Amino acid sequence: MEFKFSEESLQKIEQIIKKYPVKRAAVMPVLYVAQAQNGWISKEVMLETASVLDMNAEDVFGVATFYTMYHKKEPGKFHIQVCTNVSCMLRGGYQIYDAVKAKLGLNNGEVSDDMKFSLEEVECMGSCGTAPMIAVNEDYFENLDKEKALQILDSLN
Amino acid sequence: MEKIVLPDIENFHQLDVYLQNGGYDAAKLAYSQTPDQIIDTVKKSGLRGRGGAAFSAGLKWSFMPKGNEKPKYLCVNGDESEPGSFKDRQILEKNPHQLIEGVLIACYAIGAKAAYIYVRGEYHKWINLLQKALDDAYEKGFVGERMKETFSNDFICDIYVHKGAGAYICGEESALMNSIEGKRGYPRVKPPFPAQNGLWGNPTTINNVETITNVPMIIKKGWEWFAAIGEPKHPGTILFGVSGHVNNPGVFELPSGTLLTDIIYKYAGGVIGDKKIKCVIPGGSSMPPLRGDQLEGVKMDAESLKAVGSAIGTGGIMVMDEDTDLVKILARIAKFYYHESCGQCTPCREGTGWMLKILNRLVRGEGTKKDVDLLVTIAKNIEGNTVCALGDAAAWPVKFMIERFREEFDAIVKDDVSLEPKNKVHSMRVTANPIAPVQI
Repeated sequence: MEFKFSEESLQKIEQIIKKYPVKRAAVMPVLYVAQAQNGWISKEVMLETASVLDMNAEDVFGVATFYTMYHKKEPGKFHIQVCTNVSCMLRGGYQIYDAVKAKLGLNNGEVSDDMKFSLEEVECMGSCGTAPMIAVNEDYFENLDKEKALQILDSLN
Repeated sequence: MEKIVLPDIENFHQLDVYLQNGGYDAAKLAYSQTPDQIIDTVKKSGLRGRGGAAFSAGLKWSFMPKGNEKPKYLCVNGDESEPGSFKDRQILEKNPHQLIEGVLIACYAIGAKAAYIYVRGEYHKWINLLQKALDDAYEKGFVGERMKETFSNDFICDIYVHKGAGAYICGEESALMNSIEGKRGYPRVKPPFPAQNGLWGNPTTINNVETITNVPMIIKKGWEWFAAIGEPKHPGTILFGVSGHVNNPGVFELPSGTLLTDIIYKYAGGVIGDKKIKCVIPGGSSMPPLRGDQLEGVKMDAESLKAVGSAIGTGGIMVMDEDTDLVKILARIAKFYYHESCGQCTPCREGTGWMLKILNRLVRGEGTKKDVDLLVTIAKNIEGNTVCALGDAAAWPVKFMIERFREEFDAIVKDDVSLEPKNKVHSMRVTANPIAPVQI
């Protein structure tokens, strides 16, 4: 699939590059810009990012695959992230995870056929004092129990 | 008790409220002194890093070379990915200007013209809050070009926010620098240390968000004031994040050396259902766990925790009640380190996977006594044999959990299976390549 940065994205990139003395350092924020535009980081996105930042494509590939927050395949409209690390686990994180899995019919890393939901079991999100939690795209939902978590899923449209 | 990092003032995150309460006065005061005086003050205050290693902040700053042959940098570590740690996010939300002011003072002290605040990528909301505060500070001339007029001083400093992208390892200082440079978050071999060879090969200092946020108050109120708070060897307040089986989890800013039992029972509301405590991890998941019967009299500061065989870490206190299945907990912790190992060093990359496999076997009830010993052996072979501290962080929970809760593991393992072959007549070699008897 063809990918080109939009005018708006290119303006953002120009601002980002100014923050660093070396152009390459902008690769992480630029990948975020690309992800915001394209939804995920495809091979074409990496190639385009490399050409915008005068980098080797392999280096962009290396960065994009190292960090888990760059989606290497297209996520659903609602990317559901359930924390199951210790603090959440102690307060029912796995019950929520199992309930969400059953409700969506998805396993870790899967996307629903209608592309509405994708599911990811994530590591500690820094919500230990408000555990358990789920995150939908960029938003945290904290102090949950099984019922509340399922209600949140119902409310997503 | 006076709070240093998270004062109880409404809307303190707003610039005008911060200014009404003496905001950016400390920076003004700092700029009237020499950088060496600032470093000296911070050194004397006894401020120690709040990111885990508890190293003297002033001493770290003094490692920076003098002179201006190369640009210098300050990195502020807000990666905060240690399970059980959620304190920096409170600072970003409630007191971002004190962080920014601390950065301005630290940059002046070490001679840096630019600072990068590295915040973990999942903290979208808190990055936006910090960016908003930073934009306000720029607009009012507290940061950037216009600092000259605001503070009537030649010093100029720019502050940038760098967003992480979901890698625990980037909380390690040299991995963090690689990440800012736009590389994979691989820790670097030390030496050279960041003060000699940091960001883009230039002298760099890395401090935790909480450490830096303490600095303005030290400058304003003097090192004597700060040094008198809490334990003399690890003075100041510490943000303790209490999570797990407590009635009132959350972050509490308390003097260092506060009793662990006080934090759990007085501030965090005690254990849910008044159950007994089986295990407490006092400083985030990589720190050695303590037994429930070890907690009496334990003070929360670096030296006191070292004395009881644990460490202060990030002050993330995880409380587990008597019904907790510690084998499952340890398996989950092992899964985390397996997932987060960057893969550079063989002992950590392979060892974390082996430990997880064995622990999962134990959880399934298929483990044997030898498995438990094997876990300890693997942990000991990871510890100290890796480039960065993630290896130790992965090894310690396994090593100490088994050492201190061995009965939990012994209770679920089966007797050892004999590995002696049942049929000793043929070795593999003979069966595979039978040598026919020579017939004459």
